[in-house]
Amino acid sequence: MSYIPATPEQRRDMLRVCGMSSADELFADIPKTLIPPDNDFWLTEGVSEFEALAKCEKLSSLNNSRLISFLGGGFYDHYIPAAVDAIVSRSEFYTAYTPYQPELSQGTLQAIYEYQSQICRLTGMEVSNASLYDGGTAIFEACKMAMAATSRKKIVVDGGVNPVYLEMLRTHIANLGAETVVGGDDLIDDAAAAVVLQNPDYFGVIHDHSGIVDKCKKCGAAAIQSVNPIALALIKSPGEQGADIAVGEGQPLGIPLSFGGPYLGFIAVKKDMARRMPGRIVARTVDDSGRQGFVLSLQAREQHIRREKATSNICSNEALCALRAHVYLSLMGTEGLRETASLCRNKAVYLRESIKSIPGVKVTDDTVFNEFAIELPVNTDGVIKRMADLGFAAGIPINANRLLIAVTEKRTKAEMDDYAAALRGAVCQ
Amino acid sequence: MSIIFEKSITGRRGVTLPKNDVPVNAAIPEKYLRKSRLDLCELSELDVVRHFTGLSKKNYGVDTNFYPLGSCTMKYNPKICEKIAGMDGFASIHPVLAQLPGGHKYTQGALSVIHHLEELLCKITGMDAFTLQPLAGAHGEFTGLSLIAAHHRKNGSTGKTEVLIPDEAHGTNPSSAAAAGYEVRAVPTGPATGLLDIEAFKAAVSGNTAAVMMTNPNTLGLFNPHIKEIAQIAHAHGALMYYDGANLNAIMGKFRPGDGDFDVMHVNLHKTFATPHGGGGPGSGPVGVKAFLEPFLPTPRIIKTGPGGDNAGNVFALNSDYPGTIGKIAPFYGNFSVILKAYAYILMLGGRGLTAVSEQAVLNANYVMHSLKDHYYIPYLKTCMHECVLTAKRQGEYGVKALDIAKGLIDRGIHPPTVYFPLTVKEAMMVEPTETESREVLDAFAAAMVEIAGAAASAPESLHRAPVSSPVGRLNETKAARDMDVAFL
Repeated sequence: MSYIPATPEQRRDMLRVCGMSSADELFADIPKTLIPPDNDFWLTEGVSEFEALAKCEKLSSLNNSRLISFLGGGFYDHYIPAAVDAIVSRSEFYTAYTPYQPELSQGTLQAIYEYQSQICRLTGMEVSNASLYDGGTAIFEACKMAMAATSRKKIVVDGGVNPVYLEMLRTHIANLGAETVVGGDDLIDDAAAAVVLQNPDYFGVIHDHSGIVDKCKKCGAAAIQSVNPIALALIKSPGEQGADIAVGEGQPLGIPLSFGGPYLGFIAVKKDMARRMPGRIVARTVDDSGRQGFVLSLQAREQHIRREKATSNICSNEALCALRAHVYLSLMGTEGLRETASLCRNKAVYLRESIKSIPGVKVTDDTVFNEFAIELPVNTDGVIKRMADLGFAAGIPINANRLLIAVTEKRTKAEMDDYAAALRGAVCQ
Repeated sequence: MSIIFEKSITGRRGVTLPKNDVPVNAAIPEKYLRKSRLDLCELSELDVVRHFTGLSKKNYGVDTNFYPLGSCTMKYNPKICEKIAGMDGFASIHPVLAQLPGGHKYTQGALSVIHHLEELLCKITGMDAFTLQPLAGAHGEFTGLSLIAAHHRKNGSTGKTEVLIPDEAHGTNPSSAAAAGYEVRAVPTGPATGLLDIEAFKAAVSGNTAAVMMTNPNTLGLFNPHIKEIAQIAHAHGALMYYDGANLNAIMGKFRPGDGDFDVMHVNLHKTFATPHGGGGPGSGPVGVKAFLEPFLPTPRIIKTGPGGDNAGNVFALNSDYPGTIGKIAPFYGNFSVILKAYAYILMLGGRGLTAVSEQAVLNANYVMHSLKDHYYIPYLKTCMHECVLTAKRQGEYGVKALDIAKGLIDRGIHPPTVYFPLTVKEAMMVEPTETESREVLDAFAAAMVEIAGAAASAPESLHRAPVSSPVGRLNETKAARDMDVAFL
């Protein structure tokens, strides 16, 4: 398959315009010794669109999408309304790039401005950026903001933070002379740049972090709260809990799981922190005739202007995923999001109750949102394998005998009853 | 057009959710409850669809017309790749599934796509191993520099605090180096050659140099033939060579960064391998390394064992047992659906097709340059690679700036090139046509540019007023920064 429209005759003509007789002359600056030999790769022929499709269909069929999923861990199998896919499939959106030319990009720019507004409304903050890569890099960027604001290097990470994000944070700060300490609020002191909290936490438990946030304020540390955006329909927002920086993974908002990405990092702050924010921010303004319009703003923070002094190195972000989240929230509305959140909560509580009576299984009565941890009397590995044979992706192992189980509004009572029965069998086997 | 929240009608609904089918109505204790009202918009599905359809009409993409945004490689995005990424067997798979005990059995297709793309990128670039975790080009740069830091740490080289970067480099290079904890030292470009000033480079490089970041061809669109000499000097000081793959579309089949003695590089799948730019993202920035850096790559890695699984009898699995790893750069394996689209694109083109891509991309850029050389000042009038840099120097005599020319193009139905970059060239306009544009489109662009050059001389005020045909005219950026109206609350 080729996407090159030039015909051989046109190529000859165009070369002639350039004063050349062969394409090799175009590459005359590349020393001959550096030109790759014609080897097994450079001589390979492509295939037709149909053949590529057939090959990818085969590969797709090697993945099992029929297991009934109880996997979560911060990434959830929510229903995505068809209108979300329809809108993001408009190529005026998806074949554009960063709106450097605002007059030709009012669609993208207004959509980002509205997305920022949605995130601010959800989190109870005042300034959101246009998106970051994912929830993990959002925590890293938030910590960097806090370190710059406090000139401190210690980051306290609450034990309830997703272990994947903890590992990402450690990788990202490895060369910044910073350190992470993991534990409770007793670790917060005058040396702390930031405290990273998660709500609901990795084990699905809902918290009120107001007390910890107060302690942060006393110590001059920034309180960073990572949140599930769907839970915010029901629970106290980061703004209500006094957090300085709200971050999170936007995947639950209409973004497919897609084996790990692309996802959506969101970040929002109060106005006083705006100039420390990473990445693009869109502002509303007027044009030369006074008409409403939108532009990229506060660009003096960014890499293409400030280079090594930029607040972040981010350039490409997750704009199309942010558009997905915005369309999703627009369709759901306040009541739709509340109902979705309530369904998640009720189903999680129902499934936990159903599992409680399995001999040897221990559950807590913590206030959970869409996910909960259980303790098994046997090794999780064996249980997970047996459950998979029965058609279930049973959950995420926390350790040798603890399992993290998630539901969404998509899981039916019948599926959960079957799951509980299968788990009983798998545990008692 | 109204803000979506202004269209909200209390009580209107856009979705109907399933009824609660479990006999539980579990209230959340009062102390955890949201007290402030959550004020999202209340609209019907049709209201929402019309709102976004209206917005889409005020946008411009590659599918609209020519989009010669330099350094961004705005080539056509094949539709089949979107279809493949949407297949249920890819789109619905939870990434943790592969990590469950025995979970690799349920994800062989996805794991094989990742593994095969890593292998293909090795062949294209001449590197020995790849990670697909980095989530964009700048994230790839950050990852590459983190690998370099891990290498120096392992060797006990403590004084390596600097990264040398040519002054014309992409802004992400210095900002990624800073994000990875390095000090940045800019190296000048020779004014006559447009290439790195080797004498200045020799003076700047020292035992403190951790890495040298370069893109080749550079942002002036020029290939540096002295690359092996530069690498030799850097290596003699114990510094590693980083290749910014933003300009890879120029050189496929012609030059492999690995053969030019680069140690680490990133590739932008959303540029070279035709995945859509999405209005700003998502991208994907895989990082390739020479074998000596492989132990530091992020985990989990995707390994091939056999026999079984795919047609060739392979089985793919995850492995996190790499004690030297820098850790996790992404939560899982990278932006998988972008990876999948790039994989399908490479399958369709093959090695010959990719070589043809670079040949045509370079020809198109030279053709544009020759079509405009009598009308615009071209600071380096010699064979360029996949992009050429013009300036508004001649038009400046009439008070017309690069920005005015850009806005004039908008009125002629064409997206402007990148303007005011590279920062080292005054009034720069960086044109990257890409290989997927036809001669007719390039001719139409050249004709518009020639007409604008004429207008600059005869009626410069018409360009100062431009654009007049777009949904809005020039926007007040000062007011935007001052008012900071960044959310509709």
